[in-house]
Amino acid sequence: MTKRLLQGSEAVAEAAIAAGCRFFAGYPMLPFTELLEQMASKLPAAGGVCINAASEIEGINMALGAAATGARAATGSCGQGLALMQEAIAELALNELPLVIFNMARGQQDYFQATRGGGWGDYRTITLAPKDVTEAVDHTQLLFHLADLHRTPVILYGDYVIAHSSVAVDVRPLAFPPTPPKVWALDGSMTGSGRARQIWTWAQGKPNTPGPGPNRAWQTIAEKYDHIAGIEARHEVAHADDADILLVSFGTTGVFVDRVVEELRAEGLRVGAFRPVTLWPFPGAALEAASRGCSHVLVYELNGGQMVDDVRMYAADRSVVRSIGGVSQDGSGMRQGALLDAAVLRRRVLDAVGLTEGAR
Amino acid sequence: MTPRLISAFKPSLLQSSEHDLCPGCGHAPAWRITLDVVAELDLKPVVLAGHGCYTQLMVNSDVDSLQTLHGRAPAAATGVKRMLPDTPVITLQGDGDMVSEGLHEVLHAAARGERITALLFNNGVFGDTGGHMTATTVVGQRTKTSLDGRDAEQHGYPIDVGRLLAQIDGAAYVARGAVSSAGLVARTKRMIRRALELQLEGAGFTFVEVLTMCPTGWFVGTPQGPEYLEESMIATFGIGELKAPSAP
Repeated sequence: MTKRLLQGSEAVAEAAIAAGCRFFAGYPMLPFTELLEQMASKLPAAGGVCINAASEIEGINMALGAAATGARAATGSCGQGLALMQEAIAELALNELPLVIFNMARGQQDYFQATRGGGWGDYRTITLAPKDVTEAVDHTQLLFHLADLHRTPVILYGDYVIAHSSVAVDVRPLAFPPTPPKVWALDGSMTGSGRARQIWTWAQGKPNTPGPGPNRAWQTIAEKYDHIAGIEARHEVAHADDADILLVSFGTTGVFVDRVVEELRAEGLRVGAFRPVTLWPFPGAALEAASRGCSHVLVYELNGGQMVDDVRMYAADRSVVRSIGGVSQDGSGMRQGALLDAAVLRRRVLDAVGLTEGAR
Repeated sequence: MTPRLISAFKPSLLQSSEHDLCPGCGHAPAWRITLDVVAELDLKPVVLAGHGCYTQLMVNSDVDSLQTLHGRAPAAATGVKRMLPDTPVITLQGDGDMVSEGLHEVLHAAARGERITALLFNNGVFGDTGGHMTATTVVGQRTKTSLDGRDAEQHGYPIDVGRLLAQIDGAAYVARGAVSSAGLVARTKRMIRRALELQLEGAGFTFVEVLTMCPTGWFVGTPQGPEYLEESMIATFGIGELKAPSAP
């Protein structure tokens, strides 16, 4: 095990290359910019290609083309840039093309975008939200595996903190079970064979190899996402067994929750923590189990209330679910604001359960 | 002499000669000469098609194909070519796809000198939607969104994408042909062949625009298609090589 001091963006870039990523295209935008810089610097030496695209739309369509050849490919931006990519994300899903998309978000206001998406059709995007750089390194590699396994676009929900924090981290290649051979990948070799390949969302096929057509293809894809929802949900839970108060958060915010939970437990409060590691599929069954018997389920997210919808959907008792987060960006608008603070979180928890400090 | 059926002329790279294109459509001969060149050069390309009437040509063509988003074929082709540098890559777009929706992508692909061959089947109208104005509709042309004819004052001027591309350093070959007569079909076929040969040589971005008939979208009789093409589009844009490497 060799730990090195790496900025999060550099660690994620190395993890992507370790996972076999050989094509990357992106358009610079803070806080995604450093990931693009790192890929531009490291990918050619690994035999890959990194292109500074002329727009997010061009970048993701380049990556789509690379993915169609069977190469492991990726792109990224932050939420605003991902907004431009939504049409292509839907296209990748309905073409069943694997692609890793890095959302180095400016905060936590992209939960709806990541879990609901803005493209057309019945698709979802597997979304992993690491809480720190170490987890981001593992998630990056896992995402390349999941994208190939399920032939789907997937999202890493990072943020300014992960992209810009320098930590000691070991970027070791992770081993995963083999994924199905990419018999669908285009390389021109089937041209003229009478059985040329076709990748098209309408799935019409060709005369000698007719496809299912759009309706059946889209039904099959919708069923695939149901299947993924049943097997790929991941979560982290702490102290749920005896918890009366359950704090729910995602991504970087979870680090602050962990700190406050330990603090309050040391003071005798029965507090637990629940964190969806996959934002989609949302670990609903695990949340239901963890929240059973809780008098308070408090959702701490730095947005106007997005994940709280999912928490209400799955909590054992939806009447005890409350949001204790809120929109919180710093003056630049580029990163999380004053609400990302253990002392503020602690105060909001105590207020929410009627134990306001000073009044105790 | 035994008469020969048209189906006997089917290019080897068509799995079926049946199609749903309108009578008099110019896309069919334009695509046919493309497939003939691919077969004559014994190429095994990946073809990326945009969205328009020509999209369905991919259904019958025995070529590895990727259907791309409207306007984005040159971007997706960049990803394909960079991963498969030894594979010929052809993009097929209409004027709505390339010049209206996707002008950005084709210009940047040319500027990067991507070693692909980009084909534009330009009929100056959105045929697939039923005859609406595109960025290449010529002044005076009637469409469902320029009912009294394209008026420069109100609708602006058509974009000559060939001239735009010819001035870009990364573009190695830029030519414009048409399929309104047997002579032009033969000349256009030579342009497509030259573009593909230059792609194989690694010369840079290669581009052939083919002016095609769309009598349905032009609201003229099928037999009048070639004549209308010559009077409107050829008169506006011209035919010929706009940029080519000097002969060796």
